[in-house]
Amino acid sequence: MAFEGLADRLQDTIKKITGKGKVSEQDVKEMTREVRLALLEADVNFKVVKDLVKRIKERAVGQEVMESLTPGQQVIKVVKEELTELMGGEQSKIAVADRPPTVIMMVGLQGAGKTTTTGKLANHLRKKHNRSPLLVACDVYRPAAINQLETLGEQLSMPVFSMGTEANPVDIAKKAMEQAKEEHNDYVIIDTAGRLHVDSDLMEELEQIKATVKPDEIFLVVDAMTGQDAVNVAESFNEQLDISGVVLTKLDGDTRGGAALSIKAVTDKPVKFAGMGEKLDQLEPFHPERMASRILGMGDVLSLIEKA
Amino acid sequence: KKTRNSFSGKLNDLIARYRKVDEDFFEELEEVLISADVGVMTVMDLIDELKMEVKRRNIKDSKEVKDVISEKLVEIYYGDEDEEIEELNIQDNDLSIILVVGVNGVGKTTSIGKLAHQLKQQGKNVVLAAGDTFRAGAIEQLEVWGERADVGVIKQNAGSDPAAVIFDGIKAAKSRNADVLICDTAGRLQNKVNLMNELAKVKRVIEREVPGAPHEVLLVLDATTGQNALSQAKTFSEATDVSGIVLTKLDGTAKGGIVLAIRNELNIPVKYVGLGEQLEDLQKFDANAFVYGLFADMLEETSE
Ligand SMILES: Nc1nc2c(ncn2[C@@H]2O[C@H](COP(=O)(O)OP(=O)(O)OP(=O)(O)O)[C@@H](O)[C@H]2O)c(=O)[nH]1
Ligand SMILES: Nc1nc2c(ncn2[C@@H]2O[C@H](COP(=O)(O)OP(=O)(O)OP(=O)(O)O)[C@@H](O)[C@H]2O)c(=O)[nH]1
Ligand SMILES: [Mg+2]
Ligand SMILES: [Mg+2]
Repeated sequence: MAFEGLADRLQDTIKKITGKGKVSEQDVKEMTREVRLALLEADVNFKVVKDLVKRIKERAVGQEVMESLTPGQQVIKVVKEELTELMGGEQSKIAVADRPPTVIMMVGLQGAGKTTTTGKLANHLRKKHNRSPLLVACDVYRPAAINQLETLGEQLSMPVFSMGTEANPVDIAKKAMEQAKEEHNDYVIIDTAGRLHVDSDLMEELEQIKATVKPDEIFLVVDAMTGQDAVNVAESFNEQLDISGVVLTKLDGDTRGGAALSIKAVTDKPVKFAGMGEKLDQLEPFHPERMASRILGMGDVLSLIEKA
Repeated sequence: KKTRNSFSGKLNDLIARYRKVDEDFFEELEEVLISADVGVMTVMDLIDELKMEVKRRNIKDSKEVKDVISEKLVEIYYGDEDEEIEELNIQDNDLSIILVVGVNGVGKTTSIGKLAHQLKQQGKNVVLAAGDTFRAGAIEQLEVWGERADVGVIKQNAGSDPAAVIFDGIKAAKSRNADVLICDTAGRLQNKVNLMNELAKVKRVIEREVPGAPHEVLLVLDATTGQNALSQAKTFSEATDVSGIVLTKLDGTAKGGIVLAIRNELNIPVKYVGLGEQLEDLQKFDANAFVYGLFADMLEETSE
C-alpha cells in the first residue's frame, strides 16, 4: 500500500545518524515528526497523536534514545511501548451476572457490524463457555434487520426473540427478558439498530432500553476502518450510555486501525474483541500489542530489527 | 466562476478571524483538514504549497491568503478539469446497467434503493438485481427497498452464484424493456483476492451480455472511513474500473475528506452523497459545498 510504516519513515533519519555516534536534538525532532505522520496515516486521532508525540519526545530526548547505539530502533520501541500501554492489557472477559440471565447490549453506528457480532458473541458464549443465549431483535428500522438476525439464529440453531417491526424496541427488550427467564437462557444479547451518536431521539431510545434491561455489558461496535471521527462517536456513546467495552470489526481488512487507539484514549474503555471476518466463528480476543504493531506497520518493525 | 466565488465568499468569514498568516494559522488549517480525513500527505503537500505561495506573493494579511486557499483546495479536487457536477451515464433509449460495489456495511443496498427511487421519479423503468447472495437477509433487504421505490427485484436463493443472478437480471431487464438495471453486490474487503475476482467475473458477465455496459460502476464509500478509503478506491478500480463514488453517511459528524485525495490521485469523481436512511436522502455531489463543509467546525470554534 501507499502508506509507509513507521520503520520505513525512519529509514532516512536513521541512515543519516548511523556512525555519527551521537544523536542531536534536531535528529530527535525529525524522528518525532515521522512518528506523528505515521500515526496520522494510521487514522489515530490528531489530538491523541499530539499527546502521544509529546510523551514520546520527552522519552526520546532523554538518555533512552539520545545515547543509544541504535536510536531508530529505540524510537520504535518507545513508540510501541506507549501505544501498547495506552491500549491496556488483554481483556476479553465477558461479565457474568449474579443472577442469570446476563444481559449484553450491542450499540453503534450504522453498518458497524452489530448484528453479525451479536451472532458471533452468541457462538463464542456457547462454544467457549457452554452457555445458551437468547438473541433479541430490537432493530425495527433497518429493512430486513429482523430477518437478518433470524437467519443467523437459524445458522447457529439458537432462539431469536422478535415482535416484528411495529413493536417498540423498549417493549421488545422487556418481553425478551421475561422469555429468557422462562426458558432459562443464561445470556441475552440485544441487537439494536444502527444510529448516529448525534441523533438524540434514537440515543434516548437506547437509554430507555438500558434502564429497562439493566445490561451487564454494553458493547460499542466500531468499524476498524473508521477515521478521525472515531473519537466523536466513542465519546458520545460513552457519555450517553456508559459503555463497558468495544468490539472492533473488519480487522481482517488492510486498515491500520488507529481508531482502536483513539477510542481507548477518549473513553478509557477496553477493546475486548476483534471481528476477523463475516463468518460466525471469526471473533477473536483483542491483543493490544499486536494492534500496536499493526498501527505502526508490523512487517516494517520486524524487518528493521532484522536489518540492525 | 460562480461556484468558486460563493466558496470564497464563505471562506471570507473564516479568514476574517485570523489576522495574520503565521505558523498558528497553518497549524490550525492543517488540523482542520486532517480531522476531516483529508489524506495526510495531501494535507502536507497542500500546506507546503500554500506556504510557498504565500511567500512568493509576499502575503502577510490573512485576507489575501483566502484566494490562494480556495484555489488550491478546489484545485486538489478538480485538477485541471472543468468544475462541473458529474452526471450519471444513462443511455437515452437503451438499457443502462449500474454495478454497485464496496466494502461491508458502507450503504450499497440502501443507496441502490434511493437511486432507484430517483430514477423512477424521473420516469425511468428500473429493475434491481439481488447480487448479494451471501449476507444474511441481504435479498430481503433489497426487496423491501424495491417495494419502497416501487421497482421490480430479480433474485435467486441465498447462496447462489452472484454472476448467475446478474445474468438473470439482465435478461429480465431486457424483456421488460427497462431503462436502468441496478446490480447489488455483497460487501467485500478489498484485500480478499478471491472475492475481488468474483466481482470481476460479475462485471465480465455484464460486459458480455450488453455491449458498452456497465455504464456506471459506483463505488460506495462510508464518510466515516479514514485513510483506508484510498486503498478501497484503488483496489476496487483495478477489479471493476470504478466510474464514480457514492459517499454515504454524511449526515453524521464525519466529513469524508478522503474523497479529495481519491479524486486527486485516482481521478474518480464523487457523484452522489448519502444523507440519511430514507428514500429521499440521496443528493448530487457539489464539490464547493463539500469543501466549505470541511471548514464548518473551524468557523464555529472561532466564532464562539
Ligand atoms: N470482513 C468483515 N465483515 C464484517 C465483520 N463484521 C461484520 N461484517 C460485515 O459488515 C456488514 C455490516 O454488518 P452488520 O452486522 O449488518 O452491521 P450492523 O451494525 O448490524 O448494521 P446496521 O444494523 O445496519 O446498523 C455485513 O456485510 C457483515 O457481514 C468483520 O469482522 N469482518
Ligand atoms: N445515517 C446514514 N445511514 C446510512 C446511509 N446509507 C446507509 N446507511 C445505513 O447503513 C447501514 C448499512 O447499509 P446497507 O445499505 O445495508 O450497506 P451495504 O453496503 O449494502 O452492506 P453489506 O451489503 O452488508 O455490505 C444501514 O443501517 C443503512 O440504513 C446514510 O447516508 N446515512
Ligand atoms: Mg444490524
Ligand atoms: Mg448490501
